[in-house]
Amino acid sequence: MTSTVTGIGAAVRRKEDQRFITGQGHYTDDIRREGQLHAYFLRSPHPHATIKKIDTAKAEKMPGVAAVLTGVELAADKIGNLICGWAISSKDGSPMNMGPHPALAQGKVRHVGDQVAVVIAETLNQAKDAAAAIDVDYAVLTAVADPAKARDPKAAQIHDNAPKNTIYEWSLGDQAATDAAFKNAKHVTRLKIINNRMIPNAIEPRAAIGDYDAGTDSSTLWVTSQNPHVHRLVMAAFMGLAPENKFRVIAPDVGGGFGSKIFIYAEESVCLWAAKRLKRPVRWTGERSESFQTDAHGRDHVTSAELALDAGGKILGLRVKTIANLGAYMSTFSSSVPTYLYATLLSGQYDIPAIYCEVDAVYTNTVPVDAYRGAGRPEACYVIERLMEVAARELHVDPAELRRKNFIRKFPHQTPVIMAYDIGDHDATLKKALEIADVKGFGQRKQEASRRGKLLGLGYSTYIEACGIAPSAAVGSLGAGVGLWESAEVRVNPTGSVEILTGSHSHGQGHETTFAQLVCERLGIPIEQVTIVHGDTDKVQFGMGTYGSRSGPVGMTAIVKALDKIEAKAKKIAGHLLEASPGDIEFKNGKFTVAGTDKSLAFGEVALAAYVGHKFPTNEIEPGLKEGSFYDPTNFTFPSGCHICEVEIDPETGHTKIARWTAVDDFGVLINPMIVEGQVHGGIAQGIGQALLENCVYDDDAQLVTGSYMDYTMPRADDLPSFNVGTTVTKCPSNPLGIKGCGEAGAIAAPVALINAVTDAVGSEDITMPATAQTVWQAIQKTHRQRKAAE
Amino acid sequence: MHSFTYHRPVNVKAAQALLAKAKDASLLAGGQTLIPSLKLRLTDFDNIVDLKAIKGLDKIEVKGKNLLIGALATHGAVATSAVVKRAIPALAKLAGMIGDPAVRNVGTIGGSVANNDPAADYPGALLALNATVITSKRKIPADKFFKGLFETALGKGEIILQVSFPIPKKAGYAKFRNPASRFALVGVFVADDGKTARAAVTGAGEQGVFRSKELEAALKKGFKPESVAGVKVSANGLNSDIHAAADYRAHLIGVMAKRAIEAAA
Repeated sequence: MTSTVTGIGAAVRRKEDQRFITGQGHYTDDIRREGQLHAYFLRSPHPHATIKKIDTAKAEKMPGVAAVLTGVELAADKIGNLICGWAISSKDGSPMNMGPHPALAQGKVRHVGDQVAVVIAETLNQAKDAAAAIDVDYAVLTAVADPAKARDPKAAQIHDNAPKNTIYEWSLGDQAATDAAFKNAKHVTRLKIINNRMIPNAIEPRAAIGDYDAGTDSSTLWVTSQNPHVHRLVMAAFMGLAPENKFRVIAPDVGGGFGSKIFIYAEESVCLWAAKRLKRPVRWTGERSESFQTDAHGRDHVTSAELALDAGGKILGLRVKTIANLGAYMSTFSSSVPTYLYATLLSGQYDIPAIYCEVDAVYTNTVPVDAYRGAGRPEACYVIERLMEVAARELHVDPAELRRKNFIRKFPHQTPVIMAYDIGDHDATLKKALEIADVKGFGQRKQEASRRGKLLGLGYSTYIEACGIAPSAAVGSLGAGVGLWESAEVRVNPTGSVEILTGSHSHGQGHETTFAQLVCERLGIPIEQVTIVHGDTDKVQFGMGTYGSRSGPVGMTAIVKALDKIEAKAKKIAGHLLEASPGDIEFKNGKFTVAGTDKSLAFGEVALAAYVGHKFPTNEIEPGLKEGSFYDPTNFTFPSGCHICEVEIDPETGHTKIARWTAVDDFGVLINPMIVEGQVHGGIAQGIGQALLENCVYDDDAQLVTGSYMDYTMPRADDLPSFNVGTTVTKCPSNPLGIKGCGEAGAIAAPVALINAVTDAVGSEDITMPATAQTVWQAIQKTHRQRKAAE
Repeated sequence: MHSFTYHRPVNVKAAQALLAKAKDASLLAGGQTLIPSLKLRLTDFDNIVDLKAIKGLDKIEVKGKNLLIGALATHGAVATSAVVKRAIPALAKLAGMIGDPAVRNVGTIGGSVANNDPAADYPGALLALNATVITSKRKIPADKFFKGLFETALGKGEIILQVSFPIPKKAGYAKFRNPASRFALVGVFVADDGKTARAAVTGAGEQGVFRSKELEAALKKGFKPESVAGVKVSANGLNSDIHAAADYRAHLIGVMAKRAIEAAA
């Protein structure tokens, strides 16, 4: 395909940004409904307690209050529980232990922020006043927040059906072969790893408006969702909130998700249910403190990992044991994240003959944990890339060289952990990154920094991830309750302009631009004549939404398939108009031409003819020009690359400054390199956030310590360097565009590159994320003490 | 936020009269602590008395050997004031390090001093510079003004009008920020009036701002970085939280003291 000013490969400015940066965006909270009421949730201050009694009598009589609802009314109306849609079985074949998750607590609260009651009132202030008048009689129970302590027999028992708070004990890989590999090893590198808990912090808090039309018995939900059709399906089929055919879900402009808006939450369910009960619209917009207490958190793994190597530095085997914290309830896709999105990527870029991984998922009295940018893959990348760096240091070999020694070079490559890598060139990304990062000059820079009293360190991350999720049958065989195809519909208007209806959802990704570029390229029409429609179940028939870097490889391929059908039909019509066989019609640069002649018609002329229907036999070719496609991918896609981080540490304070950041990624073909670079920047920023700054902290009593920005450290612009980014290209063979996806790469690759650099600078492997100034200072003190003791 | 009655007096007398009459009243200056606290329902008052319509309370001037800063002078105004930069450059620098531009354009020195947040910047400057808080009723030396966490010597109905800073020979400020809030994890203000050197610490003390005995003793060897190099600051009485344990804060006090002296002008 050729590159044009607005086609594939062009750095087109984002079409949607004008409205976002001028305040013209249309978010859920911007929507006003006639007669709307405001919902305010009374939340549990206790991490774990039984509810003996809720007295709502006083609150119900307060000014402006329309209703005070609790789990009692929810049960009476037979509203189903929130569910987890991916079934994971334990090693012994037993199913996972999913505890009930009612949208309003029924008899028990299990984390701080759990919904106890909702007040619905004319104004938000009235709802808050009334909520303060609800009297809840709690019997406080002991609580547990630390996943490593959750299975202690003395720990609090959170769900009756999950003994020792265990959800599943799962494994992947060949245990016997892996154990054998370790027996033959000349060197084993061992690490204890904590992958710290993240709070997503989308700029737009979650919000919902439920509306009910009694005349037609139909419901509408506006909600901050990354996948409105999945919201509708779950709420209709499992919760019984409304029949699917009388239920419209609209996810309008959405201000960031990072995974947290994939899931079906209590608040939107309650808004919809209450709207039907009260026959008035009910709205809720989360406050920031509610985001901290209720948006699904990310990561939270405790891992021990071992890497077996032979005398020459070739990897023989990898053994990993992880405890994954899923929080107080199983969120929508929580079970899949520490299993099939994690252990399947443990092979990294390396040819590893044997891998065995065990994952025990546990309940704790914390906010539910689910997919967060990268979802399982950052955790996997962290494990294998920390092991590689430490192994290189222990063996006194160059970390780049140890990686090279183990790179996969023959594709396709079947790993021992399900994934079949299709293509990649890891030598190329590493080589380019080494050049951009000027690794050759590092020694000199380190000396110069040392003269200034600073410690310089260098860290690598050669990552691979699986995107474009996913082939439906493959995920189905692994327990997914849904297929992960995508749909597209191309509607050509009589004037030749085009609407693309997609099941993907843009909440910052720039689909209105990139998807339009694809259409420009294919149909040869100006980008202004292409509109992308998404986020409305009444417009788009069905779709699976946006997460897992799937909108490019899966969502855009669905558009390609529908455009193929448009072109085929338009050629038939053009054939009649040009009095030629459709086989002789060529379509290029927006023109239908009879091959070898100068007889041609513009795309718009054929579009108009299709709707007028005068000049072709409509008994053979239907009038109109509209085609759809459901595209199911044949494989995951495998973006990969190399990040190199250089840090400068002030040993007096422990403060880490990122001196250089280099990222060379292979995302396959790029649709819009500027948007791709933006995704890389954002991903790295989030990865640096996790490694250097962000940490969700619960105290021993399971109270959330980092419940606001006073204590939860978001990365700021001045924490970040300018990024040096580059790309290499191997075309993805499994989709016609050759694209792989880029949304999560930065968040996956970055944390471990940074920690590898910090540990290099300090000379201690004993540093966990986030490497705050205090953490680094303490590690430096410890290293000094150890050196002194050794002397 | 809960409902309240809003008052906007145009002179100090009227403000005092309102405070004397109104039950459960709070003064409002820049509101950078009060307004969020009201919104979060962490606090509520029946009456809010807004001082911002009172003219002249934001004046900055040098009188004799003192720099006088009006209670309503914003952090932004202090940071950019040529008068402050000439008299006590470290104070202008400190004001420019408070919060972010939005906070600095609204927050005031009077509000900050009256609030006495243990991580606020100004209290350390007042203590180290031996300043005097001038109120509607009296003059209170800084040493007697700050009384612990969010506690001051201010009585009921007493309004801060000005802060008077004796102009030092040299002063400096260095702050290590809490990574999340960007308030001071440890802030050290040092000042040398030619005879004695004082050093005050903010952000670190369990009871809020304090003068460091260890630093002031060390500074008797001269107002130079070497004097405080290697000084052992006790961790007793210092805060421990998720961002910094007491021993780390104690260590940072020494480092920030050295950097404050290096930066002193």
